[in-house]
Amino acid sequence: MNQTISEKIISQHAGKPVKAGDIAIVKVDGVMATDATSPFAIKAFRAMGGKKVWDKEKVSLVIDHASPAPNEVVANLHKLMRDFASEMAIKLYDVGEGICHQLMIENAHVRPNDLFLGADSHTPTYGAINAFGIGVGSTDLAATMLTGKTWLKVPKTIKIILNGELKKNVSAKDLILFLVKQLGAEGANYQAVEFTGETIKHMTLASRMVLANMSSEMGAKTGLVDAIGLELWYPFEAITPDKNAEYAREFNFDISSLRPQIAKPHSPENVVAIDEVLGTKIHYAFIGSCTNTRLEDLHSAAKVLKGKKLCNEVRLVIAPASKKVFNEALKDGTIEILSNAGATFITSGCGPCVGSHLGVPSDGEVVISSANRNFKGRMGNPNALVYLSSPAVVAASALAGEIVEP
Amino acid sequence: MKTIAHVYSIDNIDTDRIIPGKYTKTLDMSLLASHVLEDLDPEFSKKVKSGDILVAGNNFGCGSSREQAPIAIKAAGISVVVAKTFARIFYRNAINIGLPVIEVESHNIQSGDSISVDLENGIVSNHTKNETYQATKMPQQMIDILNAGGLVNYLIKHGDYV
Repeated sequence: MNQTISEKIISQHAGKPVKAGDIAIVKVDGVMATDATSPFAIKAFRAMGGKKVWDKEKVSLVIDHASPAPNEVVANLHKLMRDFASEMAIKLYDVGEGICHQLMIENAHVRPNDLFLGADSHTPTYGAINAFGIGVGSTDLAATMLTGKTWLKVPKTIKIILNGELKKNVSAKDLILFLVKQLGAEGANYQAVEFTGETIKHMTLASRMVLANMSSEMGAKTGLVDAIGLELWYPFEAITPDKNAEYAREFNFDISSLRPQIAKPHSPENVVAIDEVLGTKIHYAFIGSCTNTRLEDLHSAAKVLKGKKLCNEVRLVIAPASKKVFNEALKDGTIEILSNAGATFITSGCGPCVGSHLGVPSDGEVVISSANRNFKGRMGNPNALVYLSSPAVVAASALAGEIVEP
Repeated sequence: MKTIAHVYSIDNIDTDRIIPGKYTKTLDMSLLASHVLEDLDPEFSKKVKSGDILVAGNNFGCGSSREQAPIAIKAAGISVVVAKTFARIFYRNAINIGLPVIEVESHNIQSGDSISVDLENGIVSNHTKNETYQATKMPQQMIDILNAGGLVNYLIKHGDYV
């Protein structure tokens, strides 16, 4: 049987060989829910008669979406999570520890070849380490907390082959924005994506996470990045697709001449080369989200901002991916460079990406953001305009007061 | 079910437009219902009568995994969502909370039409225009969950996935 990576991982977890289109009941290696999804998951878990989770080592809760609590309603939901975690003896990452997907990979809750459910749509991020990460809602998550299993339809796979070397100041973010445009917001709906090719070989883990993360912006069930060249801090076995595996579609891109890419309001598929929007006045710059605020992203911003001052009319808000990332950036001087340039640091977490708190734009304001979504109202105000870009473009634009190339 | 359609035939109606993130941190269903689709149509929650049908274009519910999206629609009184296609997490969440969703690629439904839906056979009937439309067949696993009234009841009944 010639199998894709998805078919291989799901077969192992179903205990029988499966192919695209099959419905399978699978064992799950781990689950995670956030403060946006845990409360309903806990409610559903109780309603199902849940007294204890199937394996307390395999369930994590993360307070990252509205953290620290902006009001008493959220504070009480956080308390509900803490009480549940304590009762079930499961891991809870509290305020400031980081963004859920960063924490799952950083602390090896998810490992290569795992099948992992996250009650968050960016769970495909784990494809960066060859794990099958699926975003689900609260009730699905509750069912898995109870049973250790879920049901799924084995997805067809779209293969994306990337060749060529990215130019200076062009990053994995530009690449994935370009790909979201090519495939469209629904281009991979119900399907998996495999990213492969020469370009991947030299990518850092952080950059691979950017690709996998935003595969959800094409509707993908998961986004698996070829493990060629992947380095982790523990030994692992890479999963490779069989030579004659069957793909729904194949794309080939030479990306060596790719320009920095920008998603214009109000959709991540509304992507243009930066040249088309150069000079667009901005008021607010944000570096954050599960897509782009790891150490290499802070480094790329610091490279642009070193020794300079932000444009007077612009505020730059940064939410590092995790406390670990923040501490590393503190140690190597990156935080000082960014702070001296005028950046404001907020809690490690989702921050303003999800529109709950910590930096909602005003009516008519233009935002340049390193996050993954710019849906109308996404950052908390439907009358703001959000542009998405790489962290380097965010930093350069914060200096200039308008969209510019670094 | 024979009820009135509310049609928004645009594509990619995302979860932020269904229920903005700022309202999702709650367990209060009526609060969710009062803000449903407000950035798309501020009058929506006032227009909907219990049992009505929501009709949309392609990729309805794309974006976040927030189950508050189908919960808000259901709490507002919508009895079934008809779309050309759904984003996968929304589709699954809707079934799990017992909100019927059905994919119809081609139809002629307009706001105000009287519609009924036969989920088992995948047929949508437009009584105003005297037409019927064929829907995409749902996997049996999903029909079983929907018939149980959602995943909570399914698991209470079966104790496990069967």
